[in-house]
Amino acid sequence: MNAAKVASASKLAWQLGFLLWLLMMAGALVGSEGWAWGQVQADASLILDIRLPRTFGACLAGALLGLAGALAQGLFRNPLADPYLLGSASGASLGVAIGMVMLSQLDVSPWFVRVGITGMAFMGAWLAVALSLVLSWGVQHTLRLLLAGVVVGVVFGAIASLLLVMFPQIQGSVQSFMLGSTAYVSWPACGLMLGVLLVSWGVSVAASPLLDGLALGEATALSLGLPVKSLRWVLLVVLALCTAAAVAQTGLIAFVGLAAPHLVRARVKGMHGKTLSLSCLMGAVLLGAADLLARGLMAPNELPVGVLTAILGGGYMLYLMHGMTSRSAGGKGGSA
Amino acid sequence: MMGALQWVSLVGMLLFVQSVLAQNAAFPPTGAPFSVTDDRGRTVVIEKAPQRVITLLPSLGEIVCELQACELLVGVDRYSNWPEHVKTLPKLGGLDDTQLEALVKLKPDLVLLARSSRVTQRLESLGIKVVALEPQSQEDMHRVIQQIAGALHLDNAKERAEHLWQSIQQKLEAVASRVPSSAKGARIYFEAGSGYFAAGEASYIGETLKRLGMVNVVTPVMGSFPQVNPEFVVKANPQIIFMGERAATDLKTRPGWSRIEAIQKQRICSFTPAQSDIVVRSGPRIPDAAELMLACLKRIYPE
Repeated sequence: MNAAKVASASKLAWQLGFLLWLLMMAGALVGSEGWAWGQVQADASLILDIRLPRTFGACLAGALLGLAGALAQGLFRNPLADPYLLGSASGASLGVAIGMVMLSQLDVSPWFVRVGITGMAFMGAWLAVALSLVLSWGVQHTLRLLLAGVVVGVVFGAIASLLLVMFPQIQGSVQSFMLGSTAYVSWPACGLMLGVLLVSWGVSVAASPLLDGLALGEATALSLGLPVKSLRWVLLVVLALCTAAAVAQTGLIAFVGLAAPHLVRARVKGMHGKTLSLSCLMGAVLLGAADLLARGLMAPNELPVGVLTAILGGGYMLYLMHGMTSRSAGGKGGSA
Repeated sequence: MMGALQWVSLVGMLLFVQSVLAQNAAFPPTGAPFSVTDDRGRTVVIEKAPQRVITLLPSLGEIVCELQACELLVGVDRYSNWPEHVKTLPKLGGLDDTQLEALVKLKPDLVLLARSSRVTQRLESLGIKVVALEPQSQEDMHRVIQQIAGALHLDNAKERAEHLWQSIQQKLEAVASRVPSSAKGARIYFEAGSGYFAAGEASYIGETLKRLGMVNVVTPVMGSFPQVNPEFVVKANPQIIFMGERAATDLKTRPGWSRIEAIQKQRICSFTPAQSDIVVRSGPRIPDAAELMLACLKRIYPE
């Protein structure tokens, strides 16, 4: 039984890896004219400077969100948890709104120009998570933490809305941030996301026994001798870091973090060490594919990539759910 | 330190002499780099005359064309539609969804864009010269026209910019002198966007209206484009309302607005979308905007 599951896990990993490789290849070919297969040589620098970084960037951001989603669902033992549940989405929006207001006023300090909108989004996301943790007096109580996240999200979102009303000229920019975009990812941004991903992935896999323990209940986890409190802190920090890094570079991309772990668990049920890594791959494939469609479907116009992730991920999830209910008439859900 | 300062002032003097020489020459100036401090506070040095220019804000493209440099443009943003020539150029999307790849393909050597443009940092990282300019007032536009003329290394840049600015002012003055005397001093409310966003006296639209002798109910302390309370407008009881054509259709259904003098006497100046383009852009077509406002004033105050 166990062996079969391991086999299917590595099979899924191979499949996803192959898909990812295909996406990278296609990512170099799809450009402003749509699906241009013939003129690869002519556009060598264009491919190197624009298409490849955005393809890599989309996959990396997807991987970060997939990992964050799997961590959130494991930590909160809630299949509806997503990377944004500690308020980081509203925090990032607020950061972007403040940044845009500063940019639209006359004298911008050189300090701000260097930090940029990306930096503001990153700091906003962190501030929101930190505030949630402070308001919930630490990490011991899952429910308190969730509620604190909701409150921080609502309050920060309200402040961002207030700024939008006071400075209507920033509305377009903030809205496009909220829809997410992979169009402007540069190589340095890719490097940054890759660094964060490698560190976060390593730490989460190392700390994954906690999630396995938590799946059996908090008391069981403690009785297994796991350092529950400190590991929880570590994983929460990793969760916040992954989310902030992805959001800062690509905006609020919907659904990848929520859907990726579910799509993995629909195929593979196993230890968190494996599902975490597979969620990374799944997130990368999801956002990579969405990025490809975003620029290819209506070229040269771009669709908001967040809209496509919702349609793609949501559609596939519905299909899986349909398959599950019709196979097991009892309708047992796939929540871990 | 002293040495460096002296050096800088020497270079500055050289540049000054060179630019004076260049202005007097009939052929394009060579060499003299032009440095422009843009609205982000960043100083961009443009070494030689740009040959392929992209503008990502309609008013900036209009300024380039009014400086007789329209032929330098190789691409514009989605909303640019004036003069006729820009309609033939590739459209590169809007402020927040600029088509990066199509833009880079055009190989621009200078991109003029709005301060909040999303693509700015990315273009700089690709080594493309970016200057962010966004005129906030009419005086500000004077500066932006000069900066663009300089950045483009136009012949007689300074005179050309000055000439354009003076002709805008003269035309504006001519329009203002034709305002019916009965219309002078009228209290007005200019609705710039749905959701009660007003163009206050401090905005460039408000400045034009002031030149025409109108009294804006939205005073400068309230900001350039503030969102106002509908009740405030009723209380201020404007005698003329300026707004977009579509918003004007449901004016009477706004609660309490039927008692506003402008609505009772049907003194509404509504602009078609094409006219709105002229009126709400902070570009060189301010006299045309004033002309549109004047046409309406003449209609509602026949002498």
